[in-house]
Order: sequence, then C-alpha cells, then structure tokens
Amino acid sequence: MDDNQNPVQLNVSAIRHGTVIDHVDSRATFQVARILQVESEENKVLVGLNLESGNLGLKGIIKIENRRLTAEEANKIALVAPDATLNIIENFRVVKKAKVELPEQIERVVKCYNPRCITNNQPGDTHFKIIGSRPTALRCRYCERVMKGNAILLK
Amino acid sequence: MLVRALKPPFAVAGEMWFTEDLSFSLNFTESVLMAADLKNIISIRDFDRDGLLEVLEKAHVVEQDLPAGLLAGYVLGVMFIEPSTRTRLSFASAMVRLGGEVLDFGDPARSSLQKGESLSDTVKTLAGYCDVMAIRHPWEGVARHSAQIAGIPVINAGDGSNQHPTQTFLDLYTIQKTCGGLDGLRVGFIGDLRYSRTVHSLVEALSFFDDELCFVSPGALRVPEHLLDEIKQRGVDYQEYDTPDEILSELDVLYCTRIQEERFADKLEYEQVKTCYRIDKELIKKCGAKETLKIMHPLPRVDELSADIDDTPHAVYFEQAKNGVPVRQALLAMVLGKL
Ligand SMILES: [Zn+2]
Repeated sequence: MDDNQNPVQLNVSAIRHGTVIDHVDSRATFQVARILQVESEENKVLVGLNLESGNLGLKGIIKIENRRLTAEEANKIALVAPDATLNIIENFRVVKKAKVELPEQIERVVKCYNPRCITNNQPGDTHFKIIGSRPTALRCRYCERVMKGNAILLK
Repeated sequence: MLVRALKPPFAVAGEMWFTEDLSFSLNFTESVLMAADLKNIISIRDFDRDGLLEVLEKAHVVEQDLPAGLLAGYVLGVMFIEPSTRTRLSFASAMVRLGGEVLDFGDPARSSLQKGESLSDTVKTLAGYCDVMAIRHPWEGVARHSAQIAGIPVINAGDGSNQHPTQTFLDLYTIQKTCGGLDGLRVGFIGDLRYSRTVHSLVEALSFFDDELCFVSPGALRVPEHLLDEIKQRGVDYQEYDTPDEILSELDVLYCTRIQEERFADKLEYEQVKTCYRIDKELIKKCGAKETLKIMHPLPRVDELSADIDDTPHAVYFEQAKNGVPVRQALLAMVLGKL
C-alpha cells in the first residue's frame, strides 16, 4: 500500500472499509462516540483522544469499519464538533473527504434545556434554528431560549 | 469570512451529507430565519422594523376611525390557563368594540385538562368553537405549538416568561404616540430587568429603532447577558446604571417595573433597593427630569411608582393600559384578514 509512505494517512487508513471521523475537538470525542452509538457497534471501532493536530490543538478521531453515516448523524456531529471531517475509506484509501455542516434547522435530535418549554411537557418533536456557529448556538422554536456550545443537549 | 448559501434544512435521511468545501464558515442572521407570520401573533421576534410599524399604523387607524362592526359575526375564544384579568378584559373589549363576540373558556385546568386531556386535544376542540383564539399558559412555547394545530389564528397572550407580544405592541404604540415617534429617544428601564418578560420584549423591539437604552437596576437584577449580546450585535447603544439619579435628567421615556421581594434572599437588601428605586414627584424634581419625560408602567403597580406622579404630564401609564384596546383590535382584525 502506498498509503504507508505517509504516517498521517497510515493513521487514517487503518480500517479497510468504513468511515473515519477526524478533527473532532478532543473534548467532544466521547459525545461523537455516543451519537454514533459505538457501544452497540459490532464492527471494528477505534477511538483516539488527545492526538496532535496543527490548528485544533488536540484532536480526537473515531474510525468505524463497514459503516457510512446518515445525514442525521452527520448533523448531530456538526453540533458538537463543528470542525470534524468525514473520510470515507474503501480498500484502505480515502475515497471521499468532507466536512460536517450545520443545517439551518434541526428537528428531534436536540432536547430543549428549559423545563418549562412545551417540548418538555407534552409529546412532540423539538425544533431548533441554528443562529450561530463556533460555538454553535441554537434557538428553540417554541420557548425561544438559546443553547450554546457545551450546553446543547442531544436526545 | 467566507459566506455560503445555506443548505436546504433537511437532507434525505440515510444519505451521506457533507460539503466538498473544506473552508466553509457560516454566517447566520436570525431575522432571515424568522419571517413575520401574520396569520398568528406569537412572538415579537417574528417582526422586523417594518412589520412592527405596520401594526402600529393599523392601531392608529383603528383608534382614529373605529370601523364599528368590522368583526361582526366573528368569535374570539379566550383560553387563559394562567390568570390575568386585565389582559383578558382588554382582549374582550377589543373584540366587542369591533362588533365581534367573546367566548371565555374559563380555566380549562379545572375541566378537560384536569381530566387528563392533552393540551393539543383541548386546543383543537376549542378551536372548533371560535374564529380566533387568545391563549395564555405558563409553559413556554404553547402559543407557537397551538398555532400549528388549531387551524385558526392564534394570538399569544403570554407564554410563561417567554413572550407577551400584544403588551409589547401597546408599549411601542404608547411611546410612538406620546413621543411623536420611535427613533432618536433615550429610553430608560428601571426595576427587575433580569426577569421581566415585558422589558425583554420591548428592548428587543426597540433595537430596531435608533434609540439609546439606559438600564437601571440593582446588580442582581441586570439585563441577562444573552439579551445584551443580541442588542450589541444589532448595534444598539446602551448603558447600565445602579441608580435612577445618574440618568433621570436625560431620559425621554422611563419604563418602570416592579421589583419582587422573592428575588431577594436578604430582606434588608430588598428594603434598600425598594427605597432607592421608587419613582416619585420629589425624585423627578430633584434630578431635573425633562418636562417631556414620559413615565410608563405595565401595571399593576405597588410601591415602585408613587401615585403623586399621576396628575403630572409625565404619567402615561393609564393611557398605556388603554392603548391595549386599539392595538389588540388591530391585531385581531389583521389575523382575521379584515384590516
Ligand atoms: Zn424550548
């Protein structure tokens, strides 16, 4: 494999087929792992923490074999790790590389932190508008409260 | 900063979703995301400057030349799950004076909701009995939710500590009427600026106008940080003060709110604050307030605003309460497509 010539790529290509979530803010790594429900994953999963990264300081990385992410998963990751990149691996090679992207609005996956919000008192979907990035800021469509960065609660 | 067009809100589930562009960054403006929705009156955030002015202009039209019978044949349903006699009566007065009728659902907490019926079912059922609903509820977001399911226009008459848009409209209307406009003013807010929904909404609305805002409160009751961030972003000029003496002489409007005893653990501190923030004739005189200063209050008042102001030209709070009627008339007629 010519990937072996480059130590960074070697790092990324340690799975045969699957997805590598790279450039995760190191502190958000376990949140990302939870979003992907890696504890119930049957395929190979590698989780790395506190890895050196030029612009991020320390980064986290998660590699999952034989898996592609859904849009919902990618959206959730964008909420907690806005700098994350997704690398699709086929035959140990990165065949596609992309950044996660925050959608304009987000339904269901986030829980409102306000106990007096109707979404916490009645069955029904939550609905947030994304009003800022770095740190991510969301406004609840119903109670209009703003949640920022680490305060964002995923369902 | 590289600004990209936003993606459509929801990607198809199961699809990989990403952008090829590795250098993207986002720049959001909230007003673009929250467009005015005049089928319902839910939040002051749904309005921009033009939207606010349009409502005020229609209130003016209604007040100048009341189109009697404009809402004849229409029924307003009033569903207040949190008591507020004045707001309820103001809505009823507005509807009746336009020839419409009012159905007061009383307190559904004592009827169907008490029997375990969901709020959604109650709203859907009651919506079948009227043409427009005014809803007040202690949970935040109830009006927005109700508007989605009612099938008729909904007006928010207060949802917890979130919004009470008709109050904000009547406050704006009062400032516009008594000061001759909404721009170029120095507007002071005094009292509990941390928890007052009325103050927060009015501050948000005024941030669309070219005014200077002065916040006078004890340290523990300052305007919340997130609201200051928001108005800062809109380029609003504001200052914070500890006592009214520092700024009273320069104000065009002073908006008073009550400081509640429950906010203070230390009763002695509360007593001090109460004395220091009380507005009376003597203080107005001592500070050399402008003759044209307008003093507002959402009422009811207790000790924070002395009755000796009432017979001065500064007092506009009873007029303010009265303005709730033309403002609610205009909003009712607008959501029913009659104005
Ligand atoms: Zn909420």
